[in-house]
Amino acid sequence: MTRVYVSRDMASVALGADDVAEALAGAGAEVVRTGSRGLFRIEPLVEVETAEGLIGFGPVTAGEVAQVLDGTHPNALGNIDALPFFARQQRFTFARCGRIDPLNLDDYRAHGGWAGLETARAMTPQQAVDVVKASGLRGRGGAGFPTGIKWQTVLDAQADEKFIVCNADEGDSGTFADRMLMEGDPYCLIEGMAVAAHAVGASYGYIYVRSEYPFAIAALNEAIARSAAIVAPFRLEVRVGAGAYVCGEETALLDSIEGKRGQVRAKPPLPAIKGLFGKPTVINNVLSFGAVPFILANGAERYAEIGFGKSRGTMPIQLAGNVRNGGLFEIGFGITLGELVNEIGGGTESGRPVRAVQVGGPLGAYFPPSMFDMPFDYETFAQNGGLIGHAGITVFDDSVDMMAMARFAMEFCAVESCGKCTPCRIGSTRGVETIDRIRAGGRGQDAVERLPQMRNAPSQARGITQEIALLRDLCDTMKHGSLCALGGFTPYPVLSALDHFPEDFGAETIS
Amino acid sequence: MASTAELEQAIDVFLRQLRDRRGALLPLLHSLQEEFGHVADEAVPAIAQALNLSRAEVHGVISFYHDFRREPPATHVIKICRAEACQARGGRAIEAAAAERLGVAMGRTRADRRVALEAVYCLGLCATGPNAMIDGKPVSRIDATRIERIAREIGA
Repeated sequence: MTRVYVSRDMASVALGADDVAEALAGAGAEVVRTGSRGLFRIEPLVEVETAEGLIGFGPVTAGEVAQVLDGTHPNALGNIDALPFFARQQRFTFARCGRIDPLNLDDYRAHGGWAGLETARAMTPQQAVDVVKASGLRGRGGAGFPTGIKWQTVLDAQADEKFIVCNADEGDSGTFADRMLMEGDPYCLIEGMAVAAHAVGASYGYIYVRSEYPFAIAALNEAIARSAAIVAPFRLEVRVGAGAYVCGEETALLDSIEGKRGQVRAKPPLPAIKGLFGKPTVINNVLSFGAVPFILANGAERYAEIGFGKSRGTMPIQLAGNVRNGGLFEIGFGITLGELVNEIGGGTESGRPVRAVQVGGPLGAYFPPSMFDMPFDYETFAQNGGLIGHAGITVFDDSVDMMAMARFAMEFCAVESCGKCTPCRIGSTRGVETIDRIRAGGRGQDAVERLPQMRNAPSQARGITQEIALLRDLCDTMKHGSLCALGGFTPYPVLSALDHFPEDFGAETIS
Repeated sequence: MASTAELEQAIDVFLRQLRDRRGALLPLLHSLQEEFGHVADEAVPAIAQALNLSRAEVHGVISFYHDFRREPPATHVIKICRAEACQARGGRAIEAAAAERLGVAMGRTRADRRVALEAVYCLGLCATGPNAMIDGKPVSRIDATRIERIAREIGA
């Protein structure tokens, strides 16, 4: 019987992988469902086991499975690993994703699984924390805070109980690496969390997953049940979000697990000191925990030798939006934005010129192609008025209206604001209104302002220049006055659109 | 519509399943919504009583999260992604076309309660948009043909 591999990743299923798998089974093949390889242009992808190794075919429809099985399908791709998109990658975290049955414990162990946890458990907690410190791993959720230092704080905290929390509320548009890892290699995340539990002395963990990811929730629940004996005495639970973007902010997420409205807490105290239920808590992103098994199994040096400047190791970068080769591309820091978008991404799918890319989700800056020589690195992006965030890159062609994108950033902030701080709650709505006035060409005096007693009201109509100045002023207030990154970073897409694409705002020059 | 007695009984059953869970309110609300399709206002006092919370706290949580409905859902719920990556692939036009074909505005339920159009901000399928969830099933690369097929499938 021919053995074939078909992804059951949500993105593959959305493109018809379930129908293809069913047709293959009906045609007598032994179908193994895996995670996704990560290149969506070739999904649904079928890999057929042959004497010469795995041969890929994609995209494939359910009606074409006979041609796949007899090898005559026109979309034959040969060995998938040899495709340029995959040959250039350095897959540390995603080494297994797309290759194994995600829930098969034997597969996981046969591909190096649990080696990191076994190494960690042979160490003292301090030694395990030291390895993570030495690796240079920084928080992959976006803030880039050194993971080892966070763990050290929790290890040093004295408490009757401590928690490990995984932030899997991956709400940023243009990002899907967390989802792919949870669906394609859930034991990797569980192992990373179990290492953290040993390193800081915690016995219970939560994975907070957004409700928009039903496949990941199902995979994790099953994986937790199957691996319970291996990670014991550490115990784990999935918590499902309820459609609030702001719960990706770590303190809002903690409140949500506690059963409250997902509102942001003022910091300090840091979650590492006073986190979930008031106890010391390690809260890290899926990709941070996902990097840990590799680091423990292969040593900190192996991880740290790759990278750029203070950004060590690899980053699972997500190419999204209007891009030809969209998907997951894991590589060491330091690759330039232009290489990612043009060489690896292959430019836009529409075939039109690239006009802008947004890096880091809805709170990330828009960059024009003139800045494509920037290396992918936390510090470089920060110096250029942006952030790498969760490393999603959304590509736009020349049909994009950047004023509309700036308005959307404000609108999104207004929809998702938790309401706790004023700059975010009110500022986002005022931002939408200001951009609408820029589009309308400014504003005249309103009825109240014309009243004789309103002596301090402006007597002149406001033009586009004044409205833009007002928008910049508002962005300044939001940036410095908001409690968390939602209100604080919404100015990034707005200001970068203003700075790099002033022509879309009807402005003559960069003010 | 479930009676108050039915709601109370369901809350009791779910809370027994969740007895080891701390901060059980969200899991309980998810269970209720899965069972009844929405979290009725009539359930709020019983939830508050069972979890030793005020009714205001329970109401505050239900109204905070976009997922929880206080009214029964339409027969078919179509969630269309409005986020940047789908916009970069023509999502705005697809959203408008779907609204037109289905005869319901974004964020609304059609008068016959057969179909509702809801916004979702990212399904994590960002390289193959525009994306949607059709009654919980993910669909990528939505175009005019796909909208027509979806409309026919749900009989709208």
